[in-house]
Amino acid sequence: MTQNYPLYLIALLPFLGAALNLLFGRRLGNGIVSLIACGAVAGAALVATKAVWILGHDLPTKGMLVDQFFEKDWITAGDLHVAAGLMLDRLSAVMVLIVTWIALLIHIYATGYMEHEPDYARFFGYLNLFTGSMLILVLGDSLPVTFVGWEGVGLCSYLLIGFWYQEDKNATAGRKAFIVNRVGDFGFLLGICLLWTLLGTVKYAEMGSLLNELRRPFWMGWPAGYWVAVFLFIGCMGKSAQIPLYVWLPDAMAGPTPVSALIHAATMVTAGVYVVARTHGIFDITPSAAQMLVSGIGAITALMAATIGIVQRDFKKVLAYSTVSQLGFMFVGVGSGAYVAGIMHLMTHAFFKAGLFLGAGSVMHAMGGEGDITKMGGLGKHMPITRWTFFVYCLAIAGIFPFAGFFSKDAILAGAFASKFVMADTANPTQQMLINLYPKFLWGTLTLAAFCTAFYMWRLYFMVFTGTFRGTHEQEHHLHESPPEMTLPLVVLAVGAVLSGLIGVPAVMSHGLPESVQHFTGFFEHWLVPAIVPASPEPHGHALEWGLMAGATIISIAGIGLAASLYRGGISKAAENVKNSLQPVYALLWNKYFVDELYDLVLVRPLKMLARVLWRVADAVIVDGGLTKVGPALVGWFGTRTRRLQNGDVQRYLIAVVLGAAAVLFLSTFWLPYRGVQGSITKEGRRVNLVLGEGKVPNNRLVYRIDWDGDGKFDEENVRHAEKGFFHDYQNAGTFRIVVEAHDPDWHVGKSSADWILGARKPLSVTVE
Amino acid sequence: MDFLTALMTIGLNHFLVLGLVIFGIGIMGVFLRRNALITLMSIELMLNAGNLTLLSFARAQHDMRGQALAFLVIAVAAAEAAIGLAIVVGLFRNRKSTDLDELNLLRF
Repeated sequence: MTQNYPLYLIALLPFLGAALNLLFGRRLGNGIVSLIACGAVAGAALVATKAVWILGHDLPTKGMLVDQFFEKDWITAGDLHVAAGLMLDRLSAVMVLIVTWIALLIHIYATGYMEHEPDYARFFGYLNLFTGSMLILVLGDSLPVTFVGWEGVGLCSYLLIGFWYQEDKNATAGRKAFIVNRVGDFGFLLGICLLWTLLGTVKYAEMGSLLNELRRPFWMGWPAGYWVAVFLFIGCMGKSAQIPLYVWLPDAMAGPTPVSALIHAATMVTAGVYVVARTHGIFDITPSAAQMLVSGIGAITALMAATIGIVQRDFKKVLAYSTVSQLGFMFVGVGSGAYVAGIMHLMTHAFFKAGLFLGAGSVMHAMGGEGDITKMGGLGKHMPITRWTFFVYCLAIAGIFPFAGFFSKDAILAGAFASKFVMADTANPTQQMLINLYPKFLWGTLTLAAFCTAFYMWRLYFMVFTGTFRGTHEQEHHLHESPPEMTLPLVVLAVGAVLSGLIGVPAVMSHGLPESVQHFTGFFEHWLVPAIVPASPEPHGHALEWGLMAGATIISIAGIGLAASLYRGGISKAAENVKNSLQPVYALLWNKYFVDELYDLVLVRPLKMLARVLWRVADAVIVDGGLTKVGPALVGWFGTRTRRLQNGDVQRYLIAVVLGAAAVLFLSTFWLPYRGVQGSITKEGRRVNLVLGEGKVPNNRLVYRIDWDGDGKFDEENVRHAEKGFFHDYQNAGTFRIVVEAHDPDWHVGKSSADWILGARKPLSVTVE
Repeated sequence: MDFLTALMTIGLNHFLVLGLVIFGIGIMGVFLRRNALITLMSIELMLNAGNLTLLSFARAQHDMRGQALAFLVIAVAAAEAAIGLAIVVGLFRNRKSTDLDELNLLRF
């Protein structure tokens, strides 16, 4: 089932390329930098392809290649032991092939697009770093490893959006992307932690058998699995730009165009879809509230972003909203159980959306950086390759047979239409009816979104490539087709956009074809189902399925037709009229439903206000005004009083040293026996008790000699002080002088109570009757 | 008691007291005098007082370790004198004085 394979190579090669280019790139020259960057990605692509080949040929459908770096001590904290490793199964195989090969095409494209960039090496270093992180993301064998890649691509996204950080706008866009993603990442992390506490594992391969644990009620009456799914999906919302966290993606267009194509269209933003498919066991749990959430958000995002895309004037902004919308399609796919359709759309979208962005880059390259489509027009005759490849991509995204988008989008629509959501039995009839209508709502929303998609894509196409040029004379003079390193990826991606759909033809269409052809046309589904993901829901009856397909096609053609009638050969009078007659709607869409303004009002401003309060009160007043004044004042006060100690006069220091040494010697040698001969006397008849040292001397340290009657001869020798001291029973009455000698055997010093200096404080004498 | 008899009664304590007196003279010289040369000489006195004490104990306790240590102290004293005198000479060349109180550049 599993086989070891050095999968680390796939991710390591781009990381090495990144290290070389970031550390030494400035000195290497652009040629070598491009060679390193493209070579690293090409190497990764070849290793990945080899690995996938082994996976497909030598292993059963559920098999996987593994590469375990840490058995269990990657993270160790208390009794938490997290393993880490890479794994390649049939789902990650799809992603790895998409990521490596599309990254390679975009790297090649970027060598042309960025040729005049002074910071060439930094760009390619970041791009390689991104590719490596993305590969860690898709190859990770557990959620924490995926999370490492997840954060890595987030960082690279930030770095590349703000690549031209000299302009404030770009740096701000980078920060916005990073902060919005942070919100999602927090949810993602919570999901991982929750899953860990529930299952005790976060490894994909081990999760499947434990899913029953997730059915237990957990919080607010929902099962635990629902909350895990919600938290993970919050992460996916951030990374894959879904409502309400989609706002960063349109701004992310501030980055260089190859970045938009690679990160913000083809790979990184699809990570959320991948994660949902990867952890589908959690999302599949009934009641299917998590699925309804995912598909509902996807559908609404798809429609909302598509409507915004209709009125945008910036080339890349249109494509950005298109990406958000298409990601919504994918989430409807994976959210309604049609995982194959979602992943398939991810793949076909990677081809045509990367192509669209690269086409946009090609156009903007020719326009000298101008991105406003109202200033373009008639570019088709100047740049035929860009134009015709763009034509293919537009057909693909609009979903025209037999282009790739037709098959994948149709599969999503069919899956959404046929999906079934199971809720708790306690649902009342109204709720039950709404749940039953939910698939139709998803389908309807998506169909509307598909219409808008066809319309805005073809509006874009007609406004840019047909009609007459609307820009300045100088720009027109400058128009040229892009160099071959840019047009080659366009052509390759266009071929992909035509052909990649053919491996996922719905069964109903290939019905009656020869066996071998059917094997090919159903390849994508057989690759993933049933080993990796469950089978997609299918509409009842072939007639219905044909009908859905026909409906989708008609909708798309209608969208294209409307776009053609309004924008073919330039912006028509009719288009202006429509815009003027629907002024409020236009304003709403042009301002993107005022979502940015809403967030600004609800979140950004209160946070800024709080920050301002903290700055002005906590920082400026309490810290700067209070704490920072108190500390120096204390230190200063203490310093002025102690500076005299350090007057620089060595002789005085020396006196202090000598006096100190003398004091230490004196205290340790003479003081101890001196304390030892201080005593108190108590009487009980003729018995006299003598306690020496009085607790000032460590017990039994001193050795005593005692003369009880003052006759000069010691009555007791070599005795140690017991707990209660010494006692003596006198034979006769009278007054007796007692002499005690204490001796410290450690220091060889002694003291007698009768000594003239430092003797007993009171004369020791006793009168007995 | 004639002189020789008195000499016979000289014991360890006498030598220790002599060492203490020499050490006291030395340390007072370091405390009170400001001339670098005198200070150096006082340090020599202190070292030699230590030597005397070491030798006295060595003799009294029949332990040669004290004598060996005294040689070490003599070597250290020689090195100290060489370096100290070199410093004093260098000092005098620069400042035309050996008064230690004038060497206060590093004081605050």
